[in-house]
Amino acid sequence: MHVSAKACLASLAVAVALFGCGRKEEEAAKPAAQPAAPQTLTVKIGHVGPLTGGIAHLGKDNENGARLAVEEANAAGIRLGGAPVRFELVAEDDQADPKIGNTVAQKLVDAKVSGVVGHLNSGTTIPASAIYNQAGIPMISGSATNPALTEQGFKNVFRVVGRDDQQGPAVANYLLATVKPKVAAVIDDATAYGEGLANEVEKTLKAAGVMVLPREKGTDKTVDWKAVLTKIKGKKPDVVFYGGMDSTAGPLIKQARELKIEATFGFGDGACTDKMAELAGPAAEGLICSQAGIPVQAAGKKFLDAYKARFNMAPILYSPFTYDATWLLIEAMKQADSPDPAKYLPVLAAIRYDGASGHIEFDEKGDRKDAEMTIFTMKGGKVTPLAIIKGGKSLTLDEYAVKSAAK
Amino acid sequence: MDILLQQLINGLTTGSVYAIVALGYTMVYGVIQLINFAHGEVVMIGAMVAFTVIMALLGANLPPAFIVICGVIAAIPVCMAIGYLLERLAYRPLRHAPRLAPLITAIGMSIILQHIALLIWGRDPLAFPQIIENTSFTLGGAAISTVQIIIILLAWVLMGGLTWFVYRTKFGVAMRATAEDVRIAALMGIDADRVIAATFVIGAALGAVAGVMVGAYYGIAHYTMGFTLGLKAFSAAVLGGIGNLAGAMLGGVLLGIVEALGTGYISEVSDLCRWPLIGQMLSERCSAEGHLVLFGSNYQDVFAFLVLILVLVFRPSGLLGERVAERA
Repeated sequence: MHVSAKACLASLAVAVALFGCGRKEEEAAKPAAQPAAPQTLTVKIGHVGPLTGGIAHLGKDNENGARLAVEEANAAGIRLGGAPVRFELVAEDDQADPKIGNTVAQKLVDAKVSGVVGHLNSGTTIPASAIYNQAGIPMISGSATNPALTEQGFKNVFRVVGRDDQQGPAVANYLLATVKPKVAAVIDDATAYGEGLANEVEKTLKAAGVMVLPREKGTDKTVDWKAVLTKIKGKKPDVVFYGGMDSTAGPLIKQARELKIEATFGFGDGACTDKMAELAGPAAEGLICSQAGIPVQAAGKKFLDAYKARFNMAPILYSPFTYDATWLLIEAMKQADSPDPAKYLPVLAAIRYDGASGHIEFDEKGDRKDAEMTIFTMKGGKVTPLAIIKGGKSLTLDEYAVKSAAK
Repeated sequence: MDILLQQLINGLTTGSVYAIVALGYTMVYGVIQLINFAHGEVVMIGAMVAFTVIMALLGANLPPAFIVICGVIAAIPVCMAIGYLLERLAYRPLRHAPRLAPLITAIGMSIILQHIALLIWGRDPLAFPQIIENTSFTLGGAAISTVQIIIILLAWVLMGGLTWFVYRTKFGVAMRATAEDVRIAALMGIDADRVIAATFVIGAALGAVAGVMVGAYYGIAHYTMGFTLGLKAFSAAVLGGIGNLAGAMLGGVLLGIVEALGTGYISEVSDLCRWPLIGQMLSERCSAEGHLVLFGSNYQDVFAFLVLILVLVFRPSGLLGERVAERA
């Protein structure tokens, strides 16, 4: 039963891939832009993330967040320019591959979406943002953390999570304070995200006088880390940091423990999930990792309950952020009374909004003002928040809950 | 020194797996001069079937070693059946066709098997459960884990068994005769079809065991895992001399060690700051950054193919090759 359901889904996916193009063009031909007054106005919102490959579970989580927001907006009966609106989520798969990311971005532009939530990986988001910029379509990423994304001077690019030049120092400082390392090893997966984050961590560690070993690299598909780890083992680091996603980080920490490397392992947000414990077993216990936002557990209760009721599972990582990103687009359209990107983009840039991930305002680059960073550890197979860092101050989860309840 | 030893242990482990997979390539090539590119996928399906069986038995309160053995025992017949079907349906009808036709069919079968696995097991990486207590022992400063010891020992037992089978049994004689000349073997009363089918089936059974080894070693199984593994094992078979059993074993182990040492030392060797002349020319940047590494350890997968190219250029018959692979 289980198998046949999966087989069904997969063949459905093939069918959609084969016939998807034709269908979308038909939809685009429908009178979406200029309807008569009482007619329902269809507003398309694009979402892109990897729905296949090693981190498909994270892509699906992001998409679920956006889907929940769209469904809630439809239930709320929003009207734009006097006409009732039906929001439609156009969900695409970029396979975490920059080439496919660009193709999909162009597809969304051609389908005349009013806004885009995504992509998931920095490596796919940065090149795709240029395509949305050219088309003048606002995009908000709920998970791309590489600083370069908002340094391009694009007016239409936003993100609701923190940047790696905040995340890297946050996790590095935590490691410095708790482990007090003398020697550190830094590894990355040679992607824009992994390498960028590893650079930030290395900078912070070096500034604190830690001896950082020459950088080691894998790829975003590497599962055999033994050779790299063996080399590192000889230098006896106190701390090992890896910039990469959980599907490669799991084998990395597992093999490190098999080689009897006793260092404390640090990871970024891409490997800050429960999947780590699934892939590495007990070897994952005690790892330190960071997320570029508040922990999922600290998201608004309304969101958590709605997500669980709708998808029958707990949110994994960044779905509160894609949920907020989707609502930000809708909210800006509401305030501008139009789904036209040219009209609602200025409203979006100046928006003040309280969402599932807290209060959101954008700075002039499109980054979230005062973004939180959270430090986690692996405890009993679950990533457990240790501290939330906001404005240079470190709070425990309870203190944060008290503070946000007081607001 | 203990680092070198550790890299050798790592290389020996992956090399043993390559060797077992390479045997599947080399046996088939020896008998019908076909490179069975679908063999890597047979290995992958072995891992997937074992994964399913192990997961199903996980709740049943059985001893862990027994569960793993059940997984292997279930994977072997499934892979043997696939090996047989590949030969019967895809290759036998093309046995007298031009050489290119079965080769392209093999690539096609590889894609088909991958997608069947995709339909059954999905796109997510499967986390192979760690049910056997995996303790590491220290050996002269290097760590070796239980799983590594089992992989290395089992690989050598299987290789020994296969050598015995080919050189000491009647069926082995028939296999070697068929490998020498199919038509004359048939004239001598050997059922060539049966021997060829058996070659595929034995190779697939070895592949199934290799699949479980890889899954257990890395703790991860994925529907695309057979592709690179297959190509590397093929390179190992060519390195040893394709068609030669001892060659496949030697080639596999050598390739594993080359890969481990290469990955371990490439960034030091290609660090421009360590080169005498260039290092001085770049002394400013070197003192600022410490290292200017040309190739990092992410070039891991390149070594197998570098070896393949070097062998094909300088010694096409491989290290122990009996004949030049002129017809492939």
